[in-house]
Amino acid sequence: MFATTKWIGAALAEPEPAAAPAARAVERRPAPGAAGASAALEGVSLEYDGATVLEDVSIDVAPGEALCLVGPSGGGKSTILNLLAGLVRPTRGRVLFDGVPVSGPGPERAVVFQDAALFPWLTLEKNIAFPLEVAGVAPAARAERVDELLRLVHLSRFRASFPHELSGGMRQRGAIARALATRPRMILFDEPFAALDGQMRELLQGEVERIVRASRTTMVFVTHAIDEAVRLGDRVVLIGTRPGRVIGEVHVDLPRPRRGALGGTRTALGGASVEDVQAVRIAQRIADEIRAEVDKVAREEADGAWGSSSGPDGGDPRRHLGRGI
Amino acid sequence: MLVSAIRLVVGYAIALAIGVPLGLVLARVPSVKRALGPLLLGLSSVPSICWLPLAIVWFGLSEAAIQVVIVLGAALPVTLATESAVRQLPPTIERAARTMGATGPTLLFRVLLAAALPGIVTGAKMGFTFALRSLMAGELLFVSGGLGQLLETGRDLADTALVLGVVVVIVLLSRASERVLFGPVERLVARRWGTAVP
Ligand SMILES: Nc1ncnc2c1ncn2[C@@H]1O[C@H](COP(=O)(O)OP(=O)(O)OP(=O)(O)O)[C@@H](O)[C@H]1O
Ligand SMILES: [Mg+2]
Repeated sequence: MFATTKWIGAALAEPEPAAAPAARAVERRPAPGAAGASAALEGVSLEYDGATVLEDVSIDVAPGEALCLVGPSGGGKSTILNLLAGLVRPTRGRVLFDGVPVSGPGPERAVVFQDAALFPWLTLEKNIAFPLEVAGVAPAARAERVDELLRLVHLSRFRASFPHELSGGMRQRGAIARALATRPRMILFDEPFAALDGQMRELLQGEVERIVRASRTTMVFVTHAIDEAVRLGDRVVLIGTRPGRVIGEVHVDLPRPRRGALGGTRTALGGASVEDVQAVRIAQRIADEIRAEVDKVAREEADGAWGSSSGPDGGDPRRHLGRGI
Repeated sequence: MLVSAIRLVVGYAIALAIGVPLGLVLARVPSVKRALGPLLLGLSSVPSICWLPLAIVWFGLSEAAIQVVIVLGAALPVTLATESAVRQLPPTIERAARTMGATGPTLLFRVLLAAALPGIVTGAKMGFTFALRSLMAGELLFVSGGLGQLLETGRDLADTALVLGVVVVIVLLSRASERVLFGPVERLVARRWGTAVP
């Protein structure tokens, strides 16, 4: 199934610190009976008017897993998310949610978009209440759930504000609260923090880690930022481009809660912990893989001056999997 | 004057009731768009007064004939503005709504129509101007009371003051509609949707 997948996590897997406390291992994996559902793409290909966007993509997401997708722009990461959400149908292959083929979008699979997509004409609390209303939740229960969610994302004071009156970070927190409203069994993030500054990202990454783990939901998180993927993912899948496909995956076996970019700063200052060093090493490995892919694309574009940019003479993409540049 | 105002309000209300849903359907149903789109676009370039002969043939020199002209004149710009407002919505709005389980009427009215409201209000304002013009044209052409008839009377009597007086009334009428109706609505919508006040 993972014909194009290379296990590079194993190569770098430092032996687990022998003294890893058992409590930590328990904390890392969701408890049995977790709310999260499994999901899978099975040999999925997608074409838009003859152009192949995804080719034979197979990805398994375990219940309660936090999976990150990284890769160059235009690779099809958003498309994969839309497939999982049920907003797009595959041309070939199957998309499964909890073992059942996905036939359309539904509240058990929530999406957080890059630009929040809160409804501008509704106040924050009405935005959060919207999916509950659609699901037919009674007003009293709805109000209670909205209060709870507003507290969870620390926005209770802004409940009556309209989205355009909130900062970008607050809007994203609002969108996360709205996504959680119906207690989805999987939550999909499409570069939700791409438009935010570093500090706000750092803060929200921590919130996502906390909130998603507390709700034990399955998560698929698309990002450009490798440090973000290494911070949030139990596993990082690398998506190549032209056509979009899986080019590798890395297991991130670091304890939680993790430190983000600020941990990296400490590393630079010499205060690094074992986990910091491991995180940096994993990020380095992912960056190398992606650089190889980006180089391949750049080369193809240069070749394109003489002919097809994606034809067979573009070279077998799989040849360029190595780290050599 | 009152006669004219009633005609205007009734005709305009019917135009909105036709234009907004039709625009929504045009934006959402490709086959309807293909069938009706070019026709409506063509018709929108026809001055509404051109419908009057047809209206008179069908309805005679009656109240209904004037109403038809007002409705036709106002509904088209409302339809086209609604359609473009809905079509230009950012796709994430609809996607977000669908992932939250919104379908059918909920998606159509509570999400798409609501999201497009700023554009629809602009179209509605334009429609009102068209309704007013159609009304005057219709009233001028046959005697039936109202401001148009007053204009005719002014012409017959060569009473410049009367004619200009009626023009002033028309100007005041449209200014008043702006101040008491469209201005506040536009400001409310702009404040809630976070769009700029035009
Ligand atoms: N509706 C569509 N019609 C035609 N082509 C599309 C459509 N949606 C996406 N594509 C194409 O599919 C490819 C993958 O798009 P996608 O948005 O999934 O990439 P991405 O990995 O999310 O990129 P980015 O990191 O820039 O967001 C792109 O080449 C894009 O042009
Ligand atoms: Mg994308």
